Amino acid sequence: MTAVTATEAARPAADIRSRGRLVFVTVIVILCVWVLVPIYLLAINAFSSPDQVNAFPKSFVPGFETDNINFFLGFAGVGKALFNSILVAGITMVLSILLGAPAGYALSRFDFHGKDTFRVLVLMTRAFPLPLLALPLAVMFIRTGLDDTAFGLALVHTTLALPFAVLITFSLFSGIPVELEEAAWTLGCTRFQAFYKVVLPLILPGIAASAVFAFVISWNEVFAAAVLTIENRTLTAFLLQSLDVSPLHLKFAGGAVLVAPALIFIFVVRRYLFAMWGIANR
Amino acid sequence: MAEISIRNVAKRFGDFTALDSIDLTVADREFMVLLGASGCGKTTLLRIIAGLETPSEGEVWIGSRRVDHLPPRQRGIAMVFQNYAVFPHLTVFENIAFGLRMQKLPEAEIKRRVGRTAELMHIGQLLKRYSGQLSGGQRQRVAVARAMAMEPDVILMDEPLSNLDALLRLEMRAELKGVLAESKTTTIYVTHDQVEAMSLADRIAVMDKGRIVQAERPIEVYRNPAARFVGSFIGNPPMNFLPARKADNGAWRVAGVTFEGPASERDEIAFAIRPEDLAPADDGLPAEVRVVEPLGPHMLVTCDVEGQLFRAVLDSDIDLSRGDLLRLAPAPERIRWFDPETEQSLRMH
Amino acid sequence: MEQRVLPYLLLLPATLFLCVFFIYPFLLVAWQAFSEGGSFTLEHFQTMAGHWKFSTAFWNTMLLALAVVPVQIALALLMATLVTRMGSGRDLILYIWTIPLGISDLAAGIIWLAIFEQTGFLNSMLAGLGIIEQPITWLSYQNKSTIFLAVVLAEIWRATAIVLVILVAGMGLIPKEYYEAAEVFGAGPWKRFVRITLPMLRPSLQTALILRTILAFEVFAVVMALGGTNLPVLMGETYVWQFDLQDRNVAAAYALVILGISIAFTLVFLRTLRVPREAQP
Repeated sequence: MTAVTATEAARPAADIRSRGRLVFVTVIVILCVWVLVPIYLLAINAFSSPDQVNAFPKSFVPGFETDNINFFLGFAGVGKALFNSILVAGITMVLSILLGAPAGYALSRFDFHGKDTFRVLVLMTRAFPLPLLALPLAVMFIRTGLDDTAFGLALVHTTLALPFAVLITFSLFSGIPVELEEAAWTLGCTRFQAFYKVVLPLILPGIAASAVFAFVISWNEVFAAAVLTIENRTLTAFLLQSLDVSPLHLKFAGGAVLVAPALIFIFVVRRYLFAMWGIANR
Repeated sequence: MAEISIRNVAKRFGDFTALDSIDLTVADREFMVLLGASGCGKTTLLRIIAGLETPSEGEVWIGSRRVDHLPPRQRGIAMVFQNYAVFPHLTVFENIAFGLRMQKLPEAEIKRRVGRTAELMHIGQLLKRYSGQLSGGQRQRVAVARAMAMEPDVILMDEPLSNLDALLRLEMRAELKGVLAESKTTTIYVTHDQVEAMSLADRIAVMDKGRIVQAERPIEVYRNPAARFVGSFIGNPPMNFLPARKADNGAWRVAGVTFEGPASERDEIAFAIRPEDLAPADDGLPAEVRVVEPLGPHMLVTCDVEGQLFRAVLDSDIDLSRGDLLRLAPAPERIRWFDPETEQSLRMH
Repeated sequence: MEQRVLPYLLLLPATLFLCVFFIYPFLLVAWQAFSEGGSFTLEHFQTMAGHWKFSTAFWNTMLLALAVVPVQIALALLMATLVTRMGSGRDLILYIWTIPLGISDLAAGIIWLAIFEQTGFLNSMLAGLGIIEQPITWLSYQNKSTIFLAVVLAEIWRATAIVLVILVAGMGLIPKEYYEAAEVFGAGPWKRFVRITLPMLRPSLQTALILRTILAFEVFAVVMALGGTNLPVLMGETYVWQFDLQDRNVAAAYALVILGISIAFTLVFLRTLRVPREAQP
């Protein structure tokens, strides 16, 4: 009895394996299609003329027209919004690294009272809907003259990006053995020299990745940007504001301009994404 | 001239006492090994000398300077780390030159010193490589070369060979001994490997629970352990211990056999003998064989003497098997005695 | 001495920043919501709750989170499991699957608008297949359920990537030996997943759940792009009160509601998915 089932089971086993393989590959392909096709569709719309965008039924091949994007980029206020977006994201990037990296270093290298309190403070930010900060800050900024400025918005975006910067740099610094620094001290370095000559060169790619991460957080943020800026709109705030009024082809061109850098950013930081989350989780 | 003097140094982490009033003097050009099990405080002591930890109490002197308040870079030391700590972003050449550049030496002098130490450590052909392209042994050589290039008064080594495989360790051990003897620096070397300690040291400081138990020449530590711990820690297999009860006229009875021993107030003390100092003889200690392990040149016999575990290293020609009864006589001049309370050695008067 | 002071010095900038721009504003927003002319009042909450859109917005937000988050977790678990079994091409697939991570919710809304709008790709496809003659208006106020569906799809499409990243990172921390041991003891793939992967993944699942649920309560731009004000949600109403109705206090009350449910759910997840200290590796 057992012998019979064994031989019977043996034949389909190979079938099951190859069928399993087929299912495996199919599921992966479907999931890739699910992610990529919507982006492709946006690209079609962005690279078609306004007539093609509003035509029905629509072609599933782009018209390869750059009129839309050109028109969008030439549209009143878009250039300025694009500039503002880059400016705000740039300031956010610099601020969150400048504030976050020293904290990450302290957490990874020292034991001291209040360390846990600080970690709780950082982790707590995750449980709060941070864009809402824009509401009270709007009042505060009017008083201090920061309202409707790139810097003011960057401050709010830094609150979003800072906890990530702290956790990411903490995990990066923890990955550099303390012994390397200690070796540098015994070889004649001050604490600062050891950091500058040994730790910094090793950590620079990771810092760059977390800077890019901060940039993306700011670049993509909509709510606070829309609340805090009026004249100096960022790209997201501009698009949100003109959603009801602008024609379709403009929205799609704007969407494409918003997405394009994201594709590049994720490509740049892809190696660090998983390492960052793996350690930031603990 | 770099004598190192550690005076009453203690280190506490919260409630935990890592070091408890350490006093130790290492002579100029001496090779001192700190030996102990993990957690005994040997690495902490080394790091205090290096300036990587600050002592809770006490003073550290190097030469004629008190250094315990100075940062590592001002102490005139060089250190070799357990995990080598070779900078991964620099070439071997730049690694060795690192400390020299910090001293702002002229380029020609840097080249000369790097070349010489690289030659000494047999890594002259690796100077352009990066750490990632080196084997563990090669990294170790770079780490030592980097320390030697500094021409320091004192070299500190923290288990430098423990990450190498057995064969490489043997080779590096001999090489280190040669190189360091040549260099005439004072060396403090931390290890948990007693063979390494015995083979390298001018003096061994055996540490246990944050204290130095004994600091003497290797053979002295081996032959005359100052405390029971030293006897049981050093030697492979370690020393045998048996209870000795007071008999008439100052003698002691051990497993039914009478021995001349030290004077003591106590009724019972500990008798100790190394396994290789035993030989079969009619008037010896009665032992029942439990396990026989032939090891080539000799054999290790594990026995039971009055319910106590007892090991003997015997000539491999003797024919023994489990359950055999034999008598093992200790060489009289090698018998040692310990106080059961203080665990200190009791000297014969 | 330097050793003692240095860490505090290094933490000081970040701490000060978080105090000024995180803790202080939240105290401020609470004060705004609960005060009128300097004295305590519940008036703004009454205004908020009395408005006809409030309960719609509240339940829409809740239902959206309920529809989106479980699907995302399940989908990300599937993707992460597939990734761990992948040989060559793993990096490429992971890159493709994490692309949406960099895409803002507004852009995601616009992308799905291209599919669902009247002359969009869904209608084009249906017409091409001969199923419909005339384009259907999926996103009008008469078709609230399709707006809802479009938002759900857009959210799943956009924000599954972050869960995927957290889970893949978490799976990377599970030692292979456990699986090999389980296999030796006769556990099949499904048993291994249920008995080893899921329990060992609990901290990562917890992080992912908390993060995603909070972000789901903040859903805003996707809804604005796809439904405008046809599908009110809490964050959208906050924005409306702040700008269109110019009542900061009610907007603050809304903010506190979102904050309240965020904290409540965080606590629930922290409790239910807690890993006992003794069971931590």
